[in-house]
Amino acid sequence: MLASLSPRRLAARATGHALTLFARFIAAPRADWQGVEPEDRQRVYFANHVSNGDMPMIWTVLPAALRRKTRPVAAADYWLKTPLRAFVGPEVFNCVLVDRERKNPDDDPMARILAALDEGASLIIFPEGNRNMTEDLLLPFRAGLYNMSKARPDVDLVPTWVANLNEIMPKGEVIPLPLMCTVTFGAPIRVEEGESKDAFLARARNALGNLAPEELQRETGWQPA
Amino acid sequence: MNAAANDIVFLLFGAIAILIVLTLLGDAMALRRPGPMVETYKTRVNSWWAMVILFALSLLIGRAGVTLLFAFAAFAALREFLTLSTKHKADHLALVLGFYVVLPLQFFFVWMGWTGLYTVFVPVYAFLLLPIASALRGDPERFLVRIAETQWGLMICVFCISHVPALMMIETADSAGRGILLIAFLIMVVQLGDLLDFYFGRRFGRRRIAPKLSPKTWEGLAAGVAFAGLIGVVFSSLTPFHPLAAGALAAVASLAGMFGNLVLTAIKHDRGVRDWSHLIPGQGGFLDQLDSVIFAAPIFYHLVHLTMT
Repeated sequence: MLASLSPRRLAARATGHALTLFARFIAAPRADWQGVEPEDRQRVYFANHVSNGDMPMIWTVLPAALRRKTRPVAAADYWLKTPLRAFVGPEVFNCVLVDRERKNPDDDPMARILAALDEGASLIIFPEGNRNMTEDLLLPFRAGLYNMSKARPDVDLVPTWVANLNEIMPKGEVIPLPLMCTVTFGAPIRVEEGESKDAFLARARNALGNLAPEELQRETGWQPA
Repeated sequence: MNAAANDIVFLLFGAIAILIVLTLLGDAMALRRPGPMVETYKTRVNSWWAMVILFALSLLIGRAGVTLLFAFAAFAALREFLTLSTKHKADHLALVLGFYVVLPLQFFFVWMGWTGLYTVFVPVYAFLLLPIASALRGDPERFLVRIAETQWGLMICVFCISHVPALMMIETADSAGRGILLIAFLIMVVQLGDLLDFYFGRRFGRRRIAPKLSPKTWEGLAAGVAFAGLIGVVFSSLTPFHPLAAGALAAVASLAGMFGNLVLTAIKHDRGVRDWSHLIPGQGGFLDQLDSVIFAAPIFYHLVHLTMT
């Protein structure tokens, strides 16, 4: 209890509020709960990733009660680079930091993710692995989503489309443009009995891409597999 | 307390009285015939409460308050407009300048009362400078469409909306501090005209103005404009004008507003949306709420200016 009142903890909470306020000022993000209700239950939100603003947008539109139990899965090499990031990532967003480069062979990213799930946390993950800088709607998904769902089959995976972020902050730009952002939550999926890795990843990718605005789907030539 | 402040308080009590009646009406309807229609009506009335309270607070703060309120409204409106406009990555700098430089400067000029600047800043300087910022990035694809839509957004959301607080700058020796009442007058006649257009259009409307675009009818429009004129005559004491002149001004403002609603509806249809955003519960976005005031404000401003000089 005392730990939760430490100045550092308070600073983290205050920074969190300031960040949601800033996100609301810039993009007035709106949640569109298409396939699920904003209920208080364990979920993994898997989302498209075009900009560093994606995760804060999802974080902002989640109702506060859900947000407190939701931890973004993020790259340790990015979030530990400077003292400021090391404060914002792990403490404000309560990120589950994973080592993408596997510098330490004993430090298994999946083990950390599963540990967070076993503690009851919901997660935000970006299954493309990297920011999508291509002209395609989505990059191929990494295997992590499949492995995770295989290991914890009772957890719902909710496709989450963050719209407009590539216009709010295109690659290489510093100042975010104030434009409206909608975060769409689709119908949850799970790995089915006997489903192969490739089949599941294709299904998950379709579920996410199908939530994208029609115009963007047309521009990028999106074809659900 | 000067006469202007007295009039503001009087108007405020009037608005609150109307809202109390509308709120009680909503509660009564909810008891008798509950349903989605009543719920929509109640969210709308609640949004009206929020607007009246915000507007009243800003009026009491005075010039800075009113300027700031409409600067925020312009920001929200521009955000809605440019979300749907054609733009490329190459326009990023131009759009950043539009939001963070042109918009605040325009309202700063209004607040300072620099008429010579705020009447030409957007239509001349922004008009010429922002396309340069886009051109320097060198992407020619759909260039004219991109710069034209950006400029149109700035004219509508920044230039036009800034003419609401600019009404405070119209002062003569005998009307000190009363510029603020012109704002209340404008918004009242335009909004009530819209309401009456809606009501009479529903009841007696036969011939649609633009059947593909909107349910607006000539009958509703005529009734709305006529009543706006009448309301203008009744409340002419808010203006420095003769009752008939005030009524004529009110009717013209209301007419401009109704066609403004039509124009912005055409843009929404083109972009395939029903509302500009979801920011005002029950009423769509800021642009949905402000469309008629946007078209009425600059025309009203210039007519008032002409009449007084």
